[in-house]
Amino acid sequence: MTAKPRILMDAGKMDRTLARMAAEIREQESEPLAVVGIRTRGVHLAARLRDKLQGIDESEVDFGILDINLYRDDLSMVADHPVLRKTEISFPVGGRRLVLVDDVLYTGRTIRAALDALTDLGRPTAIQLAVLVDRGLREVPIQADFVGMAVPTQTDQYVRVLVREEDGADRVELGERAVPKRDEP
Amino acid sequence: MVDLGDRHLLGTEGLTSEEITLILDTAESMVEIGQREIKKVPTLRGKTVVNFFYEPSTRTRSSFEIAEKRLSADIVNFSASGSSVSKGETLLDTARTLEAMEPTFIVIRHGASGAARFLADRCRASIINAGDGMHEHPTQALLDAFTMRRHKKKLAGLNVAIVGDITHSRVARSNAYLLATMGARVTFCGPATMIPPHVECLGARVELSMEKALEGVDVIMMLRIQRERQSRLALPSLREYTRLYGLDRRRLSLAHPEALIMHPGPINRGVEIADDVADDQRSVILEQVANGVAIRMAVLYLLARNWDAHEAS
Repeated sequence: MTAKPRILMDAGKMDRTLARMAAEIREQESEPLAVVGIRTRGVHLAARLRDKLQGIDESEVDFGILDINLYRDDLSMVADHPVLRKTEISFPVGGRRLVLVDDVLYTGRTIRAALDALTDLGRPTAIQLAVLVDRGLREVPIQADFVGMAVPTQTDQYVRVLVREEDGADRVELGERAVPKRDEP
Repeated sequence: MVDLGDRHLLGTEGLTSEEITLILDTAESMVEIGQREIKKVPTLRGKTVVNFFYEPSTRTRSSFEIAEKRLSADIVNFSASGSSVSKGETLLDTARTLEAMEPTFIVIRHGASGAARFLADRCRASIINAGDGMHEHPTQALLDAFTMRRHKKKLAGLNVAIVGDITHSRVARSNAYLLATMGARVTFCGPATMIPPHVECLGARVELSMEKALEGVDVIMMLRIQRERQSRLALPSLREYTRLYGLDRRRLSLAHPEALIMHPGPINRGVEIADDVADDQRSVILEQVANGVAIRMAVLYLLARNWDAHEAS
């Protein structure tokens, strides 16, 4: 028997949090801007941030999708190997300010891999990191520029971000490790 | 399931449709890397691949090499010079030598059927069969399937005619296994002397008349007539072969109007395939070569994950 997970965010709070993050991203003026989501859930959050950014003013914000599986340093340690999917970045990366988007920032290894993947595509003027939840416990020196919510956690806990496009609902959960098939390294 | 079941790729026989689909889907993602300015990812960094080619091969070896380089592997190329030692002994000795280099992968092309399996049973490395005798050439069948799927959207229900020396063709064998697993219908066509006995166990139908074999097919796969082995081919003459089994305009018109023309290469213009047919816009022969790199990257990547999991446990 495991305890029910604690709800850190419901749909309303997730939406308000993303709106605030978009405002913070927009505050720093340096065009042109692009958001790049890390597969899988980062993609949906990035798409929502892009819509909110375009809602703030009329300017176009480029949107891309990054698959970091070929850049991982822990191929063998993820129990469920995700299927390799396409990186879809159709705009030139050079000369842009890129905001990398992921759902949970944990060890930082995914972001390290993402930085390698991005720099292989070109030379952006800057790369920034936006995450919905920062749960601490870093294993590499990486920090986010835009954080939706910072939650101190233990390694035997899990943080799950659910998005309606994949999971049918918008929610962030914090629970005790027992269920978590989907890990966020 | 999102992993291959085995540490080796020895053939398409025994691959499940899920495994084949996984390889083809992964290859779709690999195509994107080939379109980048910097066509390289660090996935196989620190892993050594031995390309061990006992038989001459240009396209398969360079295709593997490009795939390995795009994934940042270290590469050692081995080609066998003519040796008087009997095949079994040589291969075993060589296997031991190769093992000493601690490669993650050994890509092997060998004239003896079963050579890849022989190494797999004796080596720690993951073995990839790049063609063994008259047995299998799995990456060729996978790239063929990838090419068909890209044009025809799905493999199930496709009618595929494979024309040529079926008996000696590992390409035909690997394609037959794979296509049968994926639900395509395969027809073998060639002179009776080039059709092996008990061919129905490959899941293919036999049709000796090329005209009948091509009727309405979605894919025509022409095999190379191995001129250098003509004495072994039981053929009265090349000219007679061309007259009965060469793909020309007239025969092409019997197939589906949008039929793909495929050939594993190298092509003998004017023998198994007419000049203008090889250059027809329905010919995907060069696409097959390009797709080979993506397929081999996918196979290397998926086997490397299994290797890492195996080493970790």
